[in-house]
Amino acid sequence: MIRAVAAMAAVALSVTLVDLFPRSILVFLAFQLSLLYVYVTRIPAWLRTGLLGVALLVLMPLIGLRNGYYLEVATQVGIFAALALGLNIVVGLAGLLDLGYVAFFAVGAYSWAIVGSPHANLIFGGGFPLAPGWFYVFLFVGLAVAAITGVLLGLPVMRLRGDYLAIVTLGFGEVIRVLANNLDKPINLTNGPKGITPIGRPPLPFGIPYSEGFYFLVLLIVAVVILVNRRLEDSHIGRAWEAMREDELAAQAMGVPLVRAKLLAFACGASFAGVMGVVFSAKQIFINPESFTFLESIGVLAMVILGGMGSIPGAVVGATVVTVLNLQVLKGFSLWLNELKNAGVTVLGYSLADLPTQLEPAKYERMVFGIILVLMMIFRPQGIFPARRRQRELAHTDKVPTAVVP
Amino acid sequence: MTALFDAHGITKRFGGLVAINQVDYALDRGISSIIGPNGAGKTTLFNVFTGLYEPEAGEVTFRGRSLVGLRPDQITALGVCRTFQNIRLFANMTAIENVLVGMHARVRLGLWDALTHPPRFHTVERGLWQRGGELLERVGLRDKANEVARNLPYGDQRRLELARALGSEPALLLLDEPTAGMTQGEAGHLMGLLRRLVADLGLAILLIEHNMRVVMEVSDRVTVLDHGEKIAEGLPREVQGDARVIEAYLGRSSASRSPRAPS
Repeated sequence: MIRAVAAMAAVALSVTLVDLFPRSILVFLAFQLSLLYVYVTRIPAWLRTGLLGVALLVLMPLIGLRNGYYLEVATQVGIFAALALGLNIVVGLAGLLDLGYVAFFAVGAYSWAIVGSPHANLIFGGGFPLAPGWFYVFLFVGLAVAAITGVLLGLPVMRLRGDYLAIVTLGFGEVIRVLANNLDKPINLTNGPKGITPIGRPPLPFGIPYSEGFYFLVLLIVAVVILVNRRLEDSHIGRAWEAMREDELAAQAMGVPLVRAKLLAFACGASFAGVMGVVFSAKQIFINPESFTFLESIGVLAMVILGGMGSIPGAVVGATVVTVLNLQVLKGFSLWLNELKNAGVTVLGYSLADLPTQLEPAKYERMVFGIILVLMMIFRPQGIFPARRRQRELAHTDKVPTAVVP
Repeated sequence: MTALFDAHGITKRFGGLVAINQVDYALDRGISSIIGPNGAGKTTLFNVFTGLYEPEAGEVTFRGRSLVGLRPDQITALGVCRTFQNIRLFANMTAIENVLVGMHARVRLGLWDALTHPPRFHTVERGLWQRGGELLERVGLRDKANEVARNLPYGDQRRLELARALGSEPALLLLDEPTAGMTQGEAGHLMGLLRRLVADLGLAILLIEHNMRVVMEVSDRVTVLDHGEKIAEGLPREVQGDARVIEAYLGRSSASRSPRAPS
């Protein structure tokens, strides 16, 4: 009871604070923490679902009206959450270390970008861009194309595992990026490093503005992805994946067809990235190969590891932490240090203004992020929300053919 | 009538080493054992039978179907399942989940069923969990169903591996040193369990075993391998008295030394 009140109060208080101080990063962080509190605290399931639902469906868009950037952050979190959930299947469940995951994101993004912009006229003559409504069809096309790409990647690497698989997938990710960079001739498919723009945006019902529209769309996709993830995890397919992760040889000896199970894992993981790629390209209006670098793959992997391998809430929380860290906390940290510098603050007799430009705070971002990752691996290697084994009640069966062995 | 399981002229080489040389093996029902000194090729033979190795020569048939060239999961689906000498459980999964994975070959559901959850899915899934519970009960691990396999004591892990293999509804069960590391008492219990499995389910069981007392007590038939060749076969009593077997285990007296390739 006390917890229920506390949970509601936490959300209400943090939202009020965001309303009062729409520019303060700390206050927005408090809002996110209140949601986390609602998720972890012991309150009735209906209340938890209700609170989270209200927060994500009503409060977040309202916050977006006060400060549009927060909604942008939330949308980005959603996009990366879907990516992390997809990678979670491949790495967390099936144990296939994929370092080129962003390639599937790129494939999805380009599949809509090419036909959703006038660019396709260069290839097919005329008739493009497709009507914006096609965007919704292309959510599925992006899914299918990415899944097929996943299978194509899976086939040649079937016999590899561990480090070897990681290296090949890393190469695959780079191949896709380099292809995107160079397929402007002989046929101009991707427009090379210049990228494709303007990419069509989907028509939205009720005249919802784009920022809100994309937020809801991403939220819907993440919800579907979570549902799919859970169902897979709780089925014979998920069990086969986990068995494969634990001991490939034993899994095969117990009847798990390795090739099929691996390809399925690659295809499922890739399809989530493909869908989000389509959304991403429409949201950004402009894409070029720079959006799909190796660092993005590593970023998504960091989300999965930080959150806890094989754990669905882990992947979502990991995506939130990393995205917010990158977009807000570290940016804010840089700005703050810069302010100190400009104000001529001295630390231990050393004026920050004398700091050489190479050591500008903005350049610490990656380092701080790296340190956090390292600390995390030292003190909580299992991640923020480690995967928990489900404890199932076994229905009591009265008739068992033979006596129990002691 | 052909035997349930029939292997003929099996040869397996690793480079220049002949691990198995022209071995014939057939079994029909009951408990059979393969014994032999270390390095005799017992586990290699198991690996050939279950598809982990492909033999250089020879033919393996099960219920009249050839197993050579099939993948291990296909062989399991046909009804031949095994356990491992060095326990290979899915360490981070619970006991019941281990058994459920063992049933994978018998699950007639697809990706679409798992995603859309039609009524059939729940029926099948409930059936799997129930049967998993029964199998755990059979090996005496019912109350440890939700324990992570890694945390189970050694003897329990061996029995869980047995339950997992039973999950695939095998007609022939291959057990690679199931009593290794067990006390004589535990081993005796396990053999009692195997006897009951044969009686209840009509299973055929093939054992690799080092514990001679267990082998002689439980086996209907014993085969002795040495240096990749079958040197004796028959009832436990007969094998025990076989001169070549004694020689393989205890060495030869210099008088009876015969020319033979060094190993």
